[in-house]
Amino acid sequence: MKAQNFSIMGSNKTKSAVEKVAQWVFTFCALCAVFAVFSITAYMIINGTPALAEVGVTDILFGTVWKPTAGEPSYGILYVILTSITGTALAIFMGVPIGVMTAVFLAEAAPKKLARIVKPAVELLAGIPSIIYGLLGLMILNPLVYKIETFLFKDSETHQFTGGSNLISAVIVLAIMILPTVINISESALRAVPKQYKEASLAVGASHMQTIFKVMIPAAKSGIITAIVLGVGRAIGEAMAISLVSGSVVNFPLPFNSVRFLTTAIVSEMGYAADTHRDVLFTIGLVLFLFIMIINIVMTRLLKGGTGNES
Amino acid sequence: MSLERKKKRISDVVLLWLVYISAFISILILVGIVSYVFIKGITTINWEFLSTVRSSIKDTNGIAGNILNTIYIIVLTLLIATPIGIGSAIYLNEYARPGRMVRIIEFTTETLSGIPSIIFGLFGMIFFGNTLGFGYSIITGALTLTIMILPLITRNTQEALKTVPQSYRSGALGMGATKWYLIRTILLPSAMPGIITGIILSIGRIVGESAALLFTAGSGYLLPASSEGYLNKIMESGGTLTIELYLRMAKGQYADAFGIAFILLLIVLGINFLTKYLSRKFDVRVDRR
Repeated sequence: MKAQNFSIMGSNKTKSAVEKVAQWVFTFCALCAVFAVFSITAYMIINGTPALAEVGVTDILFGTVWKPTAGEPSYGILYVILTSITGTALAIFMGVPIGVMTAVFLAEAAPKKLARIVKPAVELLAGIPSIIYGLLGLMILNPLVYKIETFLFKDSETHQFTGGSNLISAVIVLAIMILPTVINISESALRAVPKQYKEASLAVGASHMQTIFKVMIPAAKSGIITAIVLGVGRAIGEAMAISLVSGSVVNFPLPFNSVRFLTTAIVSEMGYAADTHRDVLFTIGLVLFLFIMIINIVMTRLLKGGTGNES
Repeated sequence: MSLERKKKRISDVVLLWLVYISAFISILILVGIVSYVFIKGITTINWEFLSTVRSSIKDTNGIAGNILNTIYIIVLTLLIATPIGIGSAIYLNEYARPGRMVRIIEFTTETLSGIPSIIFGLFGMIFFGNTLGFGYSIITGALTLTIMILPLITRNTQEALKTVPQSYRSGALGMGATKWYLIRTILLPSAMPGIITGIILSIGRIVGESAALLFTAGSGYLLPASSEGYLNKIMESGGTLTIELYLRMAKGQYADAFGIAFILLLIVLGINFLTKYLSRKFDVRVDRR
């Protein structure tokens, strides 16, 4: 080893160079997320708008006929958009009450031993790949829904039988898939409610259930709304789980119609689409992206305006 | 009337029942899913299923190629995403001063975690696949997933860095350590359990991902023919287990589909227990979103 001249100043120059480089590298890493979001936005807009010009904005967004491969193609995606909105809304109506109630169970009602079983189960539910939900939806849910369908429509002559692959099945799958999100965030919102609220309510003679539903849930409102908004985001963006369960036919979103969502339209057609058809699929992607961005902005507003209820 | 006499309200009883029923439904769904997949899937699993690929000539029907693809994608994605995610967290926690820049970075990180995987898939297909010219390949899939799991790693590292006591920093700096030295020798080792938890969670996300991979990594299912092929594989199409599950499900080969689902569930269960164990042992705060 070469003898070195040691001084208390050390090799200041190389040191400060290393310092600078390190800072630059870390800054660059942090900017990656910004680059990513910007380029995703740019690419979605660049690829999603040509079809709007080619086919016409109203023809795409408000057209109801989807025949992309016909001799005279038609690219109306109104029913697809409506399906995504209806499906998400129904999934929220179905999933949120169960989710909030389970959160109440975990945060307030359950004996500690039971909560210790339910809590990990909910976490596990969040980790199950969406494709497995799709597989089980197809194998368990569809036959069940088909039984209901045949019972309800046994005298109908106009009903197109779906074999259970319809909006209802997809909605049930979506409702199950948003459960973990809703449960976790509502639970931490309920736990963040100040103890005094609960004590005061119990002290003036309200029962435990009254306290939960009339005091604690209203106090945890902003956290629960955050949970719902996150659930909406998950439901509207889910693709693989519902692509085979929903029947994948463009239709008006009635419960027992086979339907196609924004996401499943992309999944089922992107593989073979070309030219204008492909461009329209990107427009569908852009519509979905816009929905998600709106949800994201609402989310950040909520988190900023919230009372610190969120996890 | 006396103070002691407890009158039960009907509405209270009904609500309590509803609460218990809801929790029971949640449990039932999980138990139902896990047991159904295990019962249906375990009969498909044997050594041949795990060690061969689909081939009508050899009359084999296995998923070895897909297992290999999944491993490739996990390793590649983590190799790219982990340094960037950790670096980003270090910047946010150690360098940045609160202000506009930090707000933008945190907003975009939040946005990234809210974007659905099918959008990542579309973006990956046109950006990494077309613009950068990688086509349908494992590297396209890995780059796409990198963007997707970036927030997960960043946030968990940030959580971990926040728990490192401030006195460590002041102590090191006070003794004359430089910032880089402080990060390298004190902060990162102290934050390691949190970082590892983030990585394991990411593996779970990658293993379960399908929509973002369908149009980026494609659906190749073969094993490389030669040892050279193992390197070239990165540039070739390769479907992960989830993609293979989707394809077999679409073809109506449900027994195989359940076999793959069984393996996926095993991995997910393993990852869940591992994060549980780590967070308990090292007292890590886990951010799963």
